[in-house]
Amino acid sequence: MTCQTFASLGDVMATIFGLNLFALSGQLLVGLINGSFYALLSLGLAIIFGLLKIINFAQGAMYMLGAFFAWMALNYMGINYWWALILVPIAIGLLAILMERFLVRPIANEDHLYSLLLTFGIALVLQGAFTHIYGSSGLPYQIPAELKGGTKLPFMYLPNYRAWIIVSSLVVCFSTWWVIEKTKLGAYLRAGTENPQLMQGFGINVPLITTLTFGFGVALAGFAGVLAAPVYSVSPDMGSNILIVVFAIVVIGGMGSIGGAILTGLMMGVVEGLTKFFYPEASTTVIFLFMVIVLLVKPAGLFGKEA
Amino acid sequence: MKINKLYLFLIVVALVAPSLVYPVFLMKLLCFALFACAFNLLLGFVGLLSFGHAAFLGTGGYITGYLMLETGITPELGILAGTLGAGLLGAIYGKLAVKREGIYFAMVTLALAQLAFFFYLQAPFTGGEDGLQGVPRGALFGLIDLSDNFAMYYFVLAIFIFGFWLIHRTVHSPFGQILKAIRENEPRAVSLGYNVNDYKWVAFIISSALAGLAGSTKTLVFQLASLTDVHWHMSGEVVLMTLLGGMGTIFGPLVGAGVVVSIQNLLSGGELGNYINIIMGVIFIICVLAFRSGLVGEFQKLMKKNFN
Repeated sequence: MTCQTFASLGDVMATIFGLNLFALSGQLLVGLINGSFYALLSLGLAIIFGLLKIINFAQGAMYMLGAFFAWMALNYMGINYWWALILVPIAIGLLAILMERFLVRPIANEDHLYSLLLTFGIALVLQGAFTHIYGSSGLPYQIPAELKGGTKLPFMYLPNYRAWIIVSSLVVCFSTWWVIEKTKLGAYLRAGTENPQLMQGFGINVPLITTLTFGFGVALAGFAGVLAAPVYSVSPDMGSNILIVVFAIVVIGGMGSIGGAILTGLMMGVVEGLTKFFYPEASTTVIFLFMVIVLLVKPAGLFGKEA
Repeated sequence: MKINKLYLFLIVVALVAPSLVYPVFLMKLLCFALFACAFNLLLGFVGLLSFGHAAFLGTGGYITGYLMLETGITPELGILAGTLGAGLLGAIYGKLAVKREGIYFAMVTLALAQLAFFFYLQAPFTGGEDGLQGVPRGALFGLIDLSDNFAMYYFVLAIFIFGFWLIHRTVHSPFGQILKAIRENEPRAVSLGYNVNDYKWVAFIISSALAGLAGSTKTLVFQLASLTDVHWHMSGEVVLMTLLGGMGTIFGPLVGAGVVVSIQNLLSGGELGNYINIIMGVIFIICVLAFRSGLVGEFQKLMKKNFN
């Protein structure tokens, strides 16, 4: 540990409650970072679910694709991190629009379980293809020069890039929330969620809005993927691992509310971080256990409405 | 009468098959076919998509493997314990999962199965990444040595026929009729006074216990219980088998399991081995887009069109 480098006041305070506050705040930070990714991914799922009533099983694969696109852009085309942060989500969004138009829409009127299976198939193909080409060991992606280094705080050392992840994902999440809850475009979206037929009757192009919504929801996963590339190694199974956790988070939060999806994502990241500190053995399972408790106490989810 | 002749024919084929085809391959096929049939009881006849059935396959396998290695009990007791263990886990998971419907049900079961996966990954008695290796097959009732592949094959066949018969009986019982009513119109079943969640729960328990039976048997066949069996990939595989064969048909999962296991066997080891996941994904997409009734379902439609 680098505790020695701290001022003596910090040292005294760091163990004041018999806890190693240095390690605790470190795990809380890791929790907030994971929570940022959970929030971005579950927000994307919730937006798509609102209008299309489907769950995109390929959301994790698109997150993986985002990280790989950033890596490929840098290594094959010399496109740096900042451009990737803008271009990759757009590319992923366009890909998702094609996917919606040619694969998801033809079965839109079937049982929604079929679209779950369809997107599961797409996820298998993407993950299989990238495993085949790049192997499963993972590729490194450098932190951009502007965000190297960190800041010393009383209880911890805060690497700049980690702070950037939390800030940028919060900004994206809450602007998305603001657009949906407070603007006219968002009003269309919410109206479409309530009653698509009626909205179509008012002369609004619902299929177009549906396609764009799907594109945007998936683009959020692509954005998360680019953000994740420098902190996690870029590997084909990074998507499926996180997606199952995000599913549990979606069950915990309920998909009825956009704000709920964001808050639950962040909260579960923090819960996971705290578990890593107090009882590390349970850190991989705590979110699933939390889901079990929510199912027992409030089956519709924390922010869900009773059906 | 026609259907009885079909069953008789299939049994004769199954009896002579091991002298023509490698018995271990046939046993693998039967285990996965039983797994898929158990899964289909939920998806095809109740309309519940469980994305976590690997948890029950794996639980059956681990319990049987552990007991066979550590206590030296006879294989039929080992399998019984594995089946009961998986059924018990199914009772707990099912009680939780039936609280939600449709897509949420799929997500809940997937998350619960992942919980089981991490448990087995860390638990001291599962051998972690290595799994339980060298599980002895033992002697059936203490009399018949199962290390012989032919003896083992007929034991597996008997288990499969029992499982298949049980599912057949369940589907065609009054209980099964109510399950189908729930699948077709749940609000109506509720309005008729049925406690829908309890019916779903019982179906879930039967399905998970039979999935455990398949897992226990598979562990004896391959003398191995490993994390592969509890991984979400396995849950996806059984969905694919059922979808490809034809959900809601009696023979669909059997055919689907046959096709998927054969594809895997053909590709593994060869040049195309790396493409297995891509091919599975493509089959998924094609099935959903082009023939949702599956091989058996489409065949039945064709028969109806041409011979009625």
